[in-house]
Amino acid sequence: MHQAALLGGMMRDAPRYGWEMAQPALHSWRKMAEAVQNHVKSLNWGHRVQLQDRKVKYFNFKASFVNKHTVCGVLKGGKEILLSAEHIVIATGGRPRYPTHIEGAVEYGITSDDLFWLKESPGKTLVVGASYVALECAGFLTGLGLDATIMIRSIPLRAFDQQMASLVTEHMAVHGTRILKGCMPLRVEKLPDGQLQVTWVDLASDRRDMGTFDTVLWATGRVPETRSLNLEKAGVHTDPHTQKILVDAQDATSVPHIYAIGDVAEGRPELTPTAVMAGRLLAKRLCGRSSDLMDYDNVPTTVFTPLEYGCVGLSEEAAVALHGEEGVEVYHAYYKPLEFTVPERDASQCYIKMVCLRNPPQLVLGLHFLGPNAGEVTQGFALALKCGASYEQVMRTVGIHPTCAEEVSKLRISKRSGLDPTVTGCG
Amino acid sequence: MGCAKSKEARAAVREAQGKSGPGGRAVAKDHLSSQTLPKNRAGSTSTTLADSRARLWAYIDSHPVVIFSKSTCKCCTEVKKLFKAISVPYFLVELDQAEDGRGLEGALSELTSETDVPVVFVKRRKLGGHGQTLKAYQEGRLQKLLKMNGTEELPETYDYDLIIIGGGSGGLAAAKEAASYNKKVMVLDFVTPTPLGTRWGLGGTCVNVGCIPKKLMHQAALLGQALRDSRNYGWNVEETVKHDWERMTEAVQNHIGSLNWGYRVALREKKVTYENAYGQFVGPHRIKATNNKGKEKIYSAERFLIATGERPRYLGIPGDKEYCISSDDLFSLPYCPGKTLVVGASYVALECAGFLAGIGLDVTVMVRSILLRGFDQDMANKIGEHMEEHGVKFIRQFVPIKVEQIEAGMPGRLRVVAKATDSDNTIEGEYNTVLLAIGRDACTRNIGLETVGVEINKKTGKIPVTDEEQTNVPYVYAIGDILEGKPELTPVAIQAGRLLAQRLYGGSTVKCDYENVPTTVFTPLEYGACGLSEEKAVEKFGEENIEIYHSYFWPLEWTIPSRDNNKCYAKIVCNVKDNERVVGFHILGPNAGEVTQGFAAALKCGLTKDQLDSTIGIHPVCAEVFTTLSVTKRSGGNILQAGCG
Repeated sequence: MHQAALLGGMMRDAPRYGWEMAQPALHSWRKMAEAVQNHVKSLNWGHRVQLQDRKVKYFNFKASFVNKHTVCGVLKGGKEILLSAEHIVIATGGRPRYPTHIEGAVEYGITSDDLFWLKESPGKTLVVGASYVALECAGFLTGLGLDATIMIRSIPLRAFDQQMASLVTEHMAVHGTRILKGCMPLRVEKLPDGQLQVTWVDLASDRRDMGTFDTVLWATGRVPETRSLNLEKAGVHTDPHTQKILVDAQDATSVPHIYAIGDVAEGRPELTPTAVMAGRLLAKRLCGRSSDLMDYDNVPTTVFTPLEYGCVGLSEEAAVALHGEEGVEVYHAYYKPLEFTVPERDASQCYIKMVCLRNPPQLVLGLHFLGPNAGEVTQGFALALKCGASYEQVMRTVGIHPTCAEEVSKLRISKRSGLDPTVTGCG
Repeated sequence: MGCAKSKEARAAVREAQGKSGPGGRAVAKDHLSSQTLPKNRAGSTSTTLADSRARLWAYIDSHPVVIFSKSTCKCCTEVKKLFKAISVPYFLVELDQAEDGRGLEGALSELTSETDVPVVFVKRRKLGGHGQTLKAYQEGRLQKLLKMNGTEELPETYDYDLIIIGGGSGGLAAAKEAASYNKKVMVLDFVTPTPLGTRWGLGGTCVNVGCIPKKLMHQAALLGQALRDSRNYGWNVEETVKHDWERMTEAVQNHIGSLNWGYRVALREKKVTYENAYGQFVGPHRIKATNNKGKEKIYSAERFLIATGERPRYLGIPGDKEYCISSDDLFSLPYCPGKTLVVGASYVALECAGFLAGIGLDVTVMVRSILLRGFDQDMANKIGEHMEEHGVKFIRQFVPIKVEQIEAGMPGRLRVVAKATDSDNTIEGEYNTVLLAIGRDACTRNIGLETVGVEINKKTGKIPVTDEEQTNVPYVYAIGDILEGKPELTPVAIQAGRLLAQRLYGGSTVKCDYENVPTTVFTPLEYGACGLSEEKAVEKFGEENIEIYHSYFWPLEWTIPSRDNNKCYAKIVCNVKDNERVVGFHILGPNAGEVTQGFAAALKCGLTKDQLDSTIGIHPVCAEVFTTLSVTKRSGGNILQAGCG
């Protein structure tokens, strides 16, 4: 759906590149949703086929523990099946959290689990939350031509680099997403015409305000799927606060032969590829084929907001906290992607920063890239960080011209110098 | 030429008085010379190689004749005798007696690749050793050299510290960098019009007739694909969207115009003198600048940098210059080229063919032998297949022998006669435009290099340089596409130019690293590469010592429009004997340039297969495929992709 929104932007660019478009194109949610859902279904199917091919038995039921070695599944008809195993892996993930304390939240609101499966356009939408899910959803809804508002209680993208996070939201605001900062919803009511009336409070002024929307989307966080597992029957401990399962470096829970991986495990990044790799490595260890542990350091990730944000390693704040202001050198640049020039797109938020140790050889601690194709750009640099890249080595890498990624190899202005970090020309 | 050491010590050398040596150090000094030496450029008192180099330069630059000698060497003595006999004063450096003799000796052999003494310099040019000097005298060349500009002494002060010939990416980068060290710098830039009369502004090939317009037109073609895709994503776009060549070209040219202007402003801000004039050497340290009105001016400089780049090659067949265009013309062509024949298999040929087809034109590529020579052939062939599937026609193993005009116009109609490379078969075809992209020639043959003795490769016209971009004439340097055996890429020229200026004026010793230079070919399916091709790796390490991991992949964005399944391809070449270090990286897919850059940095840091395996992918992007490569080419295993890992 992010891609659908990007295509919207490309269509606006196209006439500047010589394509003769009669009028601005309209978007059909129904058509897009059908195409996306068909693809997801084909993936579901693909996974089932793969499991079958590898002779993995697949049960479509909700499971819970009976004891340390036994789980119980309830089939559709209510019939129960008991299964026992030497090793058990919990990978139930998380589901979006509903703010149950807000009147009308569960009744009238939806979550990202519903959004992607909506058959009809959500219309004018209020997205509540500051997570990457919230920003991504509000971003592509705006890109598809919908009226989208995002309500953020405190700061966007907590735990991410805050300078980057504010550039991300700045870009969204410039491109039409309404952003209500420092606001908290109090109540959702359904009006006679079917619209939803949301009442919120501005936390700074304590003023109340109201707005009507077609859809209210909660993206205020995710809860791990641990409550219905009867973990206590197996003796698996969870964190009382997060309800996530406590694990050690081997991914083992408090019960040695029960493991937890992915979003359900405490302290792990909530990312698909980390779960995939953790699962693979765990399987290898269980089969005695390797003893490799999962390396959770320098996990790269990308937030697919309209202007994508890719990062790997430490945020500037984290680096300063670890090494002190004096121990850190930050190189940065505002750049303009070549493709933006012809359609005269605004590139005010296209920004890169590399956080390094200050002492030579200036080891790279973190890389933050805001711009098109940030995910593609970031992956290779994640490898470079893994190889212990220094600032010097990145600078000595010849750029690929003309790309956005080459700007990373030309970051010569340090924040400390106070010089203007705007890139001009090709040199 | 070698000269054995002699035990015979000759007292032809006196210790110089402290004041005359750079940095206050004593140097050997000849009795006939009384010139004082310039200050040590490196400005440091520690005896580093950089200091020695700087001192060596000072000697060579400040004296018409310099002899590097050893006091115990017979051959050296003979050479000294020769100069005394013809009453030519010389500056003598006795390497075994000078204080930093060993350092100087190292710098000298680095500069001249001579390992023995003597080494004689005349008018800043290396004459050679004992044998070469005597021979030059016998043949009269030495006398000629000495008489050259006989009446005019070499200027004591030059108009400029550095004159750069060619205002392209490399030249401008060097100019700006040198100027930042408060050096007086001039840039001479002049565009000789194409046979059709196309000309352009400051900035060189990349900005005007290369990377920039090429990538923008590639983007126009990608947007055409995006428009087709967008229907599958729910956008209501009319069935056929036409493309307007003139509108695109105008937009592209407007952007280029703003870049030309930006460069001029940047030069002015940095106080670099810019002349829109053609530079030609007329004597040592002297250059003639001719503007487009034919007005000539002579400038002198302490050093010169040749950064003239290359221009497209013509076929040398009837009708080629009259009727064909090159990439120099294409990007500003005032009319849509229509049905086009692209001649050549270079990346320029394939990129142009690709975007022309992408905006809806009928395109044929005529190829003599293989595609993308020098690139990984497995990848090159996959590019060709993809282009063919997307409507580009290929005529293989044919070369044009005649181009005739059937009808003039914009575009007109041309008849092309071509001959098979392996038989006498000929074919004929009719096209609106014939674009030649068969290669590029270095612009080194008409800039007076012979006047100052800069050597070029006679066949290719390219300039061989040391690893510090120095030509055989010590005060003349060269960077960019004209270098022999170096990658022809904008960022390489920029890097080389900047680093050269930093070495010359900033006391730096960092050399340009031409290894593992990443690059991307912007064909419809982009190809990014860094390091060795499969062929080169086999050649270098042996087939049994390399392991190739590969996989097809299907970008998520392409699944919805359900196109080009299993066309994108990722491949790494690893050296088995070196911990499966990645020596070659290849990707065929969207945004290949963006993907490749970071991996190039990783290759620079010694990336291994193990590190790839233990790095977490970014989901869902194309680049993550490299973190899950498990099938070796050797195994012949299935590499078609399905699902999220």
